[in-house]
Amino acid sequence: MDFGQIAAYGLATGTALLFAAIGEIFAERAGVLNLGVEGMMLMGAVSAFSVALSTGNPWLGLLAAMLVGGLLGLLHGVVTIHLLADQVVSGLALTFLGTGLARVLGEGLANAEVARIPNATIPLLSAIPVLGPVAFTDQSLLVYVGYLLVPVAWFWIERTRPGLHLRAVGESPAAADAQGIAVHRLRLWYVALGGVLAGLAGASLTIGVGHGWFGDQTVNGRGWIAVGLVIFARWSPIRVAVGAYLFAAITPWILAMQGIDTILGLPNPFLPGRSATFFLEMLPYLFVIAVVILGSRGAVRRRIGAPAALGIPYVRGERGH
Amino acid sequence: MTIRLEPRLSTPRWLSPALTVAAIVVALTISGSIIALVGGDPIRSYLHILESSFGSIGVLSDTLVKATPLILTGLACALAFRMRLWNIGAEGQFLMGAWGASAVVLAPLLPAGTPGFVLIPAMMLAGMVAGGLWGLIPGLLRARLAVNEIIVTLMLNYVALAWIQFWVFGPWSESGFQQSRTFPHEAWLPRLSDFAGEVPAFGGLTVHLGLVFGLIAAGLLWLFLERSRFGYEIRLIGDSPRAARYAGIEIGRRLVIVFAISGALAGLAGMAEVGGAVHRLQDHISPGYGFTAVIVAYLAKFRPGRVIVAAILFGALILAGREIQPSGVPAMIQGVVLFTLIVADVLVRYRIRIERGGRPRLAAGDASPGTGPGPGTVVSDSGPVA
Repeated sequence: MDFGQIAAYGLATGTALLFAAIGEIFAERAGVLNLGVEGMMLMGAVSAFSVALSTGNPWLGLLAAMLVGGLLGLLHGVVTIHLLADQVVSGLALTFLGTGLARVLGEGLANAEVARIPNATIPLLSAIPVLGPVAFTDQSLLVYVGYLLVPVAWFWIERTRPGLHLRAVGESPAAADAQGIAVHRLRLWYVALGGVLAGLAGASLTIGVGHGWFGDQTVNGRGWIAVGLVIFARWSPIRVAVGAYLFAAITPWILAMQGIDTILGLPNPFLPGRSATFFLEMLPYLFVIAVVILGSRGAVRRRIGAPAALGIPYVRGERGH
Repeated sequence: MTIRLEPRLSTPRWLSPALTVAAIVVALTISGSIIALVGGDPIRSYLHILESSFGSIGVLSDTLVKATPLILTGLACALAFRMRLWNIGAEGQFLMGAWGASAVVLAPLLPAGTPGFVLIPAMMLAGMVAGGLWGLIPGLLRARLAVNEIIVTLMLNYVALAWIQFWVFGPWSESGFQQSRTFPHEAWLPRLSDFAGEVPAFGGLTVHLGLVFGLIAAGLLWLFLERSRFGYEIRLIGDSPRAARYAGIEIGRRLVIVFAISGALAGLAGMAEVGGAVHRLQDHISPGYGFTAVIVAYLAKFRPGRVIVAAILFGALILAGREIQPSGVPAMIQGVVLFTLIVADVLVRYRIRIERGGRPRLAAGDASPGTGPGPGTVVSDSGPVA
């Protein structure tokens, strides 16, 4: 497998991670930690798949996934923002709920052929040497949506007035409240937006870049990886895009490793059928751990990046310790 | 009209248990509606669960077998959660414990023919050490480098599964199958049915010694948390890390120790499962015990005694759930239960007041810096989580 193929594959499969991670960035920048990404993605994946299957229209599937993701995000939002429940526990509950519910709804759906979001080649951009064939040729339309989402999310958060309000409720909700910003409502909307994007991420796994429903193996920890990437990227959409695409490119590299007979003249211990391939399967997860360690060290050293009020419910007039 | 939450000044004693029961009833109602919605029959499903988990002495025994790993992993989570350490890695620690115990028999660390009274304690030790070391990793990372433990413990679950798969597909594979050979009888934890010769009523009962491990561990954990200085410090850290720090309690070292003990408990669960129920190592030894343990610990409000009760309830759900269609029902019920429990918990701590007519007037100073943690906040020692 040559470099171009691996890069193209990384961009395609990284798209789901990208959507989920940018959604989580919105929620966390508003001060709400949502650990339910895995569950929201699974629900998005199964909704998209079953709607696309029954209507034959992948766009309706996409819409359903975003709607379901958004509703689950709202649930987490209401429980943590208005009912002041612990964000960690509520997020975990959302993952349990989403996983179980997706399995119930997805029962018997496996291995069905489904209409997918089409692929496309962008006319002029695909002619760019090296980059064109990799990034702009025969990719799913969702991949291009991903390209656009990165600068849009960055611009929205860093350069617009609503983005300023978003950062304000995540960094200093009391000050934002004093300025007349509706802290609770804004947080709720951004958690819901995070859910919408997680649903979209799930949809891209079943009817977009990937296709087919494989039970809870469909998402297989990608939601958690997205949460890890957000820490690594220190809450920046640009850095998270780099992380998501790089991370996704590891997988084909692992597959490529299994295809070659010798490494530096030594017999390849990772040939298919040999049990040592399981060590290669550990790599993505070990990579996330390494990434989170690096991200945390940076955060500790400079104390920047993490929204100051992340994980803390806002109650008007309540003082800290 | 606005809805406001006001912290309760005093909580009646009956409120918390009543709301817990109410939460479970509501959860079963919601889950039942979903089952009905996808074309199932909720009443029949629930009756089936009851009947096939508590209907006779035989199935009750099977329920207790399923509850055994849940008691131990539930205690592992309860201990960590009590200190507000989010150990979501009981699943991985369980698997590593099972691996460690299996290594004693399969590597073999002890020669074949070693009598049970030596072999079983050695397996227990190996399981607890393997699980404890697996728990030590997130503990050290959190204490030394302020790395978020939720992500690390979760990722280590996947790593542990791949590790088990390597051994059962590779070195320990039984003629190419995805499982090890069956353990010799000396490595089996004694079952009630083993004593059917003396007590005929025990015939066919699968409950094994692991249940006793669970009950003893619950008792020891209760003593540890409620009666020891170390336990008191852990509870203090869990309730208010800031207060603990003012009291001069050093958090990092205790955090590492708690994580190691938590991992060791989950590891013992893995040992009990391979030694008492499965009698071999295979990659599907856990239907998610380590994840259900999170809900068990939460339902039990992190109290060791109540962990036993909660573990039996969820053990029944796992046992009976295997035959229910659609197969995701038990997992879904677990998720719904956790959600309703969270809401119930909020209602225990707050009174809901509905006010008519506009926003409540602001008193002077109402908009003062409110960024500090409120009740029920995740106060993380290392700054913001995740």
